[in-house]
Amino acid sequence: MAQKKGHRSLSSDDPEELARVPLQAVLLADSFATKFRPITLERPKVLLPLVNAPMIDYTLAWLESVGVEEAFVFCCAHSQQVKDYLNKSQWMKQPGTFTVQPIESHDSISAGDALRVIYNLGVICGDFVLVSGDTISNMSLKEALQEHKERRKKDPLAVMTMVIKHSKPSSLTHQTRLGNDEILMAIDPDTKELLYYEDKTDQSQRFITLDKMLLASTPTLHLHNDKQDCYIDICSPEVLSLFTDNFDYQHLRRHFVKGLLVDDLMGYKIFTHEIHSSYAARIDNFRSYDTISKDIIQRWTYPMVPDVQYFGNCSQMKLDRLGIYKAPEVDQSRTAQIRAFSLIGNGTAIGDHSVISNSVIGQSCTIGRNVSIQGSYIWDNVIIEDDCKLSHALVCDGVHLRAGVVLEPGVILSFKVEVGQKIVIPAYSKVSLLPQPSKQDSDEELEYADANSGVVESPSITSIANTRNVDPVPDSPDAEHSDTSEVGISGVGYIWSTTEGGHEEEWRHSIAPIPAEKLMEFCLSAHTDLGVSNQDVNSLPASGELQLDSESTGFDDGEDYKDSADFEKEVEATFQRVLAGVNPENVILEINSLRLSYDMSHADCAGSLFYSIMKSALSAPFSSNLSFGNLI
Amino acid sequence: MMDFQVVVLAGGTAKKLAPLVSKEVPKALLPVANRPVLSYVLELLESSNLKDLIVVVEGEDAALRVGGWISGAYVDRLHVEVAAVPEDVGTAGALRAVAHHLTANDVLIVSGDLVSDVPPGAVAATHRRHGAVVTTLLCYAPVSGPSDTGSSAGKDKVKKSRYNIVGLDPTRQLLLHIAAGAEVEKDIRVQKNILRAVGQLEIRADLMDAHMYAFKRTVLQDVLDQKDTFHSIRQDVLPYLVRTQLRSEISANGLHKVEDNANGRVSSQNYVTWMSQHREIAPSAYQELLALSPRSPENALRTHKCCAYIASKSKYCARLNSIQAFSDINRDVVGEASHLSGYSFSSQNNIIHPSAELGSKTTVGPQCMLAEGSQMGDKCSVKRSIIGRHCRIGSNVKIVNSVVMNHVTIEDGCLVQGSVICSNVHLQERVVLKDCQIGAGYVVTSGSEYKSEPLARK
Repeated sequence: MAQKKGHRSLSSDDPEELARVPLQAVLLADSFATKFRPITLERPKVLLPLVNAPMIDYTLAWLESVGVEEAFVFCCAHSQQVKDYLNKSQWMKQPGTFTVQPIESHDSISAGDALRVIYNLGVICGDFVLVSGDTISNMSLKEALQEHKERRKKDPLAVMTMVIKHSKPSSLTHQTRLGNDEILMAIDPDTKELLYYEDKTDQSQRFITLDKMLLASTPTLHLHNDKQDCYIDICSPEVLSLFTDNFDYQHLRRHFVKGLLVDDLMGYKIFTHEIHSSYAARIDNFRSYDTISKDIIQRWTYPMVPDVQYFGNCSQMKLDRLGIYKAPEVDQSRTAQIRAFSLIGNGTAIGDHSVISNSVIGQSCTIGRNVSIQGSYIWDNVIIEDDCKLSHALVCDGVHLRAGVVLEPGVILSFKVEVGQKIVIPAYSKVSLLPQPSKQDSDEELEYADANSGVVESPSITSIANTRNVDPVPDSPDAEHSDTSEVGISGVGYIWSTTEGGHEEEWRHSIAPIPAEKLMEFCLSAHTDLGVSNQDVNSLPASGELQLDSESTGFDDGEDYKDSADFEKEVEATFQRVLAGVNPENVILEINSLRLSYDMSHADCAGSLFYSIMKSALSAPFSSNLSFGNLI
Repeated sequence: MMDFQVVVLAGGTAKKLAPLVSKEVPKALLPVANRPVLSYVLELLESSNLKDLIVVVEGEDAALRVGGWISGAYVDRLHVEVAAVPEDVGTAGALRAVAHHLTANDVLIVSGDLVSDVPPGAVAATHRRHGAVVTTLLCYAPVSGPSDTGSSAGKDKVKKSRYNIVGLDPTRQLLLHIAAGAEVEKDIRVQKNILRAVGQLEIRADLMDAHMYAFKRTVLQDVLDQKDTFHSIRQDVLPYLVRTQLRSEISANGLHKVEDNANGRVSSQNYVTWMSQHREIAPSAYQELLALSPRSPENALRTHKCCAYIASKSKYCARLNSIQAFSDINRDVVGEASHLSGYSFSSQNNIIHPSAELGSKTTVGPQCMLAEGSQMGDKCSVKRSIIGRHCRIGSNVKIVNSVVMNHVTIEDGCLVQGSVICSNVHLQERVVLKDCQIGAGYVVTSGSEYKSEPLARK
């Protein structure tokens, strides 16, 4: 804030002067999440290849193309790897207006921490673009920047512009094609101000509740669930200071955006910019990895496609018909088939009768005979022996699949895993040379990639490498996973238990398409849900109509209704105990306390008591002569 | 026309409008520019060629009076049945009482206090076009004109101006959410499944339910039968139908036709497009699911459709349901919405009946009305006010922003501002009234001053 003011005072308010502030960008080269584990234990997410180029290259290339002059790459987990990569890449070398500067931090555990570090460095001097290093886009920022700047001139409280894009989540699974959860947003249609933001929606909640004050300033708002957050933000320098002021802000959306929207004291505003024809998406999970890879191959991200050299990516790719990309030196058997929408990297050999479809194969891979690869991502230097079957799997560098291995959909094989002959890896398994971190790591609070694991990892790699080809891996921590027979004789690697993140949800974020049974399940549950919700609705109007006279019930009628039913039941049960011989005095006391705890009126109480009396009178006529009169 | 039956809910003697209404003057007969408010609705319906009407009035006496007036005024123009229902049955109760008279496919329900130039035919046509179970007329909530009562009321008015919270689809034809009554002041709660079905929902606070509805008759009757606690159409029946539109629980016979309507398609269309995304990657599932898809009646996601017709901003639409509204409407009908009054205005933009007599130096400003047989003394001034029949007004009287009904006597030197003076009232000399309502037959003694008070005979 202070330094911004300093800058302003230097440059006066002359717009041309202001325009000379170089456009800066903050690129978070750490997702602060664990969704790509186990792969990210060994390599940072931004360096993972996406259609054979590291994700960060796409992001940097886009930043350069939109006119960013200074990009600060914030590295945290595996910071050394990121820095090494950048140093080697052309980003640091190339002359010109685009400079890339790594910022390293070891103790940041969230985007909030990262922004606080950047604030303390004092390098940001104007509006900046905030993206994470896994963003793929070809949008032009010109319009959004312009809008942002104009708004800022009129209203200094407009601190952020979020880029959104149309994307309708599935009505059954409630997730978008990128595998993200649906997002509910309320936007003012005239000003495009964001008024409400809800991700991670609670599916059990049937209603979205919007504060009535939202409509105080504007007569109209649009409620969307068909928009996707592109996670591209244009921020004013205040954003950084806001993060510093609110040291508990961690997550960009969950804390920062919501915090600003809820806080009407400061009155900071967030606006949205919707893009229509251009592409912008973020790789958040394996499903989005899959979807975005396909989008790249199908050229939605043009010019960021494999055969255009927008950054010094790989050697000349050649695009054939049907979206087949081939590097110049592919050793393909005559009988091998490469089907539509596939990419084969340089130096890869494919054996006889192998079939590859919808897949991406990296460089220097060796693929044997009769191998079937479908919808899979195979990185570099992978050896796949004869008769293997891969469908919708992700196979990292240096993996060795011996003959006859079957990878079921959704399998992730991390670096240098070896799988023995004729092993079937069950669906959604994740296999890594590294043992699964102990449970406390997977705590919700620590969802970010902890820097520690990055430190610990290298010795463990070597130790396991030493024990390679030894049947049971000796130093395994967990008996359950100790036996490498899970990956076969002469296999190396641990199968991670999928309890982390919940097995239930594994299919949601997997590369594999949503299984048919799941869809059936959803379809059916949508129907049975119907019955349930009907009851709900029945209960709603019954009391909903009372709203006029009873202010207090209001919208929670559904609950109240249930409450009163509960209350009646309780009273009845209590009353039955009088008949069972409990001292009436005690029962009176109990019923009174029940009444208080359910917050019922005397009339309600008397009513339900009367009901119980009548009921018991009907069910057991003439059986007891107790006088009930004194109960009420 | 188009097999529509029309029910006009004319109300009774609403307590809210005391002391303007009385046994002699039920709400429906309150004068707006010197003719009963009900005549505005009747003529509006007549203009859409809707001539078969059932007028429902609360209370036997009121019904007799309304019936008497209608048969006199519209004897050969409209075919009107007047039905009396007990008081305080609510609009839903009133409909229950006349339900057995309804036979047409669709029923148009109009409130008798509506003063509007929105053609009911347009609402009916929207209803038919979409095959909706209910179509409601929404109009822009009136931004009540700058009343001269002072700016202190300004803040209240901002709050007051919200009548409904309405949720619409992007085409603004489907009604997806409505909050009425007390709900309006609460947080907005939107059903997620409805939002999911449309993807985008427009929530507006500047629209008002004008109480003109087209209902599918069978559905209306079913709802009224099944939900015997429903009291009001606006606050119970309509919100209920809107709320349940994606999982209709109205008995199927009324809905067989509706099932295939476009809203049904909205959800199943989404469903199919979504399915087709999965077609490529999971063809087998697609086939199976299609077999299961909600076409077969048992599995049908039964939906019905609620529509809205939004009157354009240029149309006038107001309901006479409060004293403020009474004053506003009277002012508007001789002012900005003068085409509604049916009178022809003079070049001074006012209406002075030829039989009215004006003393010397008496001025009647624009947007005023002076009905037949009224007399005014010297040096009087009338601004933006309506004066009824056969009033006798003395000299040096000022009447501003007021409504004076029939047979009122106002003696010399009175000042009447922002007030409503009912029939047969007698204001003695030098009375000063500001923002008052004087009930019929009241006598205000000379020299008294009142501010913001309702006065009525005990």
